[in-house]
Amino acid sequence: MEVISPLRTPLVTGGKTVADVTEDICKRIEAKPPKTWLLALTVSGVVLLLGLYALVITVWEGIGVWGLNKTVEWAWDITNFVWWVGIGHAGTLISAILLLFRQKWRMSINRSAEAMTIFAVICAALFPLVHMGRLWVGFYWVLPLPNTFGSLWVNFNSPLLWDVFAISTYFTVSLVFWYIGLIPDFATIRDRATNNISKAIYGALSFGWTGGAKAWSRYETVSLILAGLATPLVLSVHTIVSFDFATSVIPGWHTTIFPPYFVAGAIFSGFAMVLTLLLITRKVYKLEDYITIQHIEMMNIIIIVTGSIVGVAYLTELFMAWYSGVPAEQYAFYNRALGPYAWAYWIMMTCNVISPQLFWFKKIRTSLWATFILSIVVNIGMWFERFVIIVTSLHRDFLPSSWAMFYPTLYDVGVYLFTFGLFFTLFFLFAKFFPVVNMAEMKSILKSESSTAKALK
Amino acid sequence: MEKGKNYILGVFSDEDILLTAIPQIRESGIKIEEVFSPYPVHGIDDVLGYKRSKLPIAAFLFGMLGTALALVMQFWMMGVDWPMIIGGKNFASLPTFVPVTFELTVLIGSLGMVGVFFVISDLKPYAKPKIFDLRITDDKLVMAIDLAVNKMDKAEIVKLLQTSGADEINEKSFED
Repeated sequence: MEVISPLRTPLVTGGKTVADVTEDICKRIEAKPPKTWLLALTVSGVVLLLGLYALVITVWEGIGVWGLNKTVEWAWDITNFVWWVGIGHAGTLISAILLLFRQKWRMSINRSAEAMTIFAVICAALFPLVHMGRLWVGFYWVLPLPNTFGSLWVNFNSPLLWDVFAISTYFTVSLVFWYIGLIPDFATIRDRATNNISKAIYGALSFGWTGGAKAWSRYETVSLILAGLATPLVLSVHTIVSFDFATSVIPGWHTTIFPPYFVAGAIFSGFAMVLTLLLITRKVYKLEDYITIQHIEMMNIIIIVTGSIVGVAYLTELFMAWYSGVPAEQYAFYNRALGPYAWAYWIMMTCNVISPQLFWFKKIRTSLWATFILSIVVNIGMWFERFVIIVTSLHRDFLPSSWAMFYPTLYDVGVYLFTFGLFFTLFFLFAKFFPVVNMAEMKSILKSESSTAKALK
Repeated sequence: MEKGKNYILGVFSDEDILLTAIPQIRESGIKIEEVFSPYPVHGIDDVLGYKRSKLPIAAFLFGMLGTALALVMQFWMMGVDWPMIIGGKNFASLPTFVPVTFELTVLIGSLGMVGVFFVISDLKPYAKPKIFDLRITDDKLVMAIDLAVNKMDKAEIVKLLQTSGADEINEKSFED
């Protein structure tokens, strides 16, 4: 029955036993919140409140307080939307696609990566909602509900509507997938709970899980099928996001390369964010035995692969613009690289194409500091990618007399800050009250993948 | 003996010993109520004689329901109820309906399957679970044997569990 692969390096080090896994993960939840955590939560809470001011003013006054103008009517809002949705992609890739490929190294990182997905999608969804102005009516305008408006139903030919379905399905399925995985771990916390309040809360959250073999067998079936359903879903979400641009006739947007290019970019930025978060969580929670250098190296390899795909896509875009012979298309790319937004274009090129290539050196991709810095650099680059695609294509449109520049106002910055505050507040709350590593899955591989098992062989 | 349901529990700490113990116990004619573990033990459904779950069928049927609903909804709204000319294209055209159809297939398929999973496994926030041993969700594998359904003598069951490699043998009663 025992399957051990002596050739592979162990995924769990430090001679951990099954009971150690429970203890290492649960003790953080049961302990009083440490001062560092309170400080971090306070900082993110302050950012959240500062941003909330900008958000309230935006909703109260209307989106006229943003820097948008008649020429550039999409800018930071959609940039931030695409950026956050992209970040979410890594979580689903880790939990669904790596499950189908039976990659066991996913097990110690999938929980936090999926949490990151859910929080990132919440942040993303905020932007189109706010952009609708009166979001309380916008919310039901986008759904196919019986109504008495002029055009009776929503327009199913519009990619913006496809996005509504894509993002809401993505959010719901990711949440369900994440929760199914959490149920057995909540049961562990419930059975360790010493006071009645946490016993009641974790008891309700665990849905009465007892760990029977029949339930486990169904649980595994459900996980597998959900992974199978989530795999095309994660690829479809950014594909549909890219349709928002690709199905238009704007030079620089109207390209068939967009779906794969956006999906690769999404996974690229998502893994960078996973690394940023996990390197901190690993340090603070002392999870070095569960999230080893090998895990970090694997994620860095995915960053090289997807970063290189993104780089090839940038070059393909340039080539196709030239080869198409369409002057408007050619000008759009000339203007990107050499026009007034050239600085943004070259930040994007440096951060996304050049800097991840450093991960070809083993020393760099196994270095925690280098990984941490590069993961932030990648996310800066990916933000600029969306900004470049959106703003440079719009600001010099078909009519030179209406050419304009985009200048963000404090409210643009404020709403973006709000999502950072929201994201980190949610993540810190998750890190304190939820098990940050999937305990049940970690326990299931201890016999075959831990350093003790490898030593016996 | 007390009233209610009485169980004998064999507590194991190694999954491989458990996997060899289960067939031994079953061959001697003892009916195992259930085996509990902190993590999914691979191969345990085979030795316990559990059939493969039919949940994939539920997922497929719910997925098909989602596909059908999405197509009917879009064709009816765009083609029948309120046709509109959008970009000079057909009122109802299948290609533009693909994304929403796909999303609703996945959404209803997964929600339906998870719903069925919760119902058949009796998972709900207000559930009152029968917890045989608090260490099940930590690091112990526990085999529960219902004394009422097994005609065999209690001492004999205990002996069998001992020889099959159980670390501890406990008793547990529930008042039902």
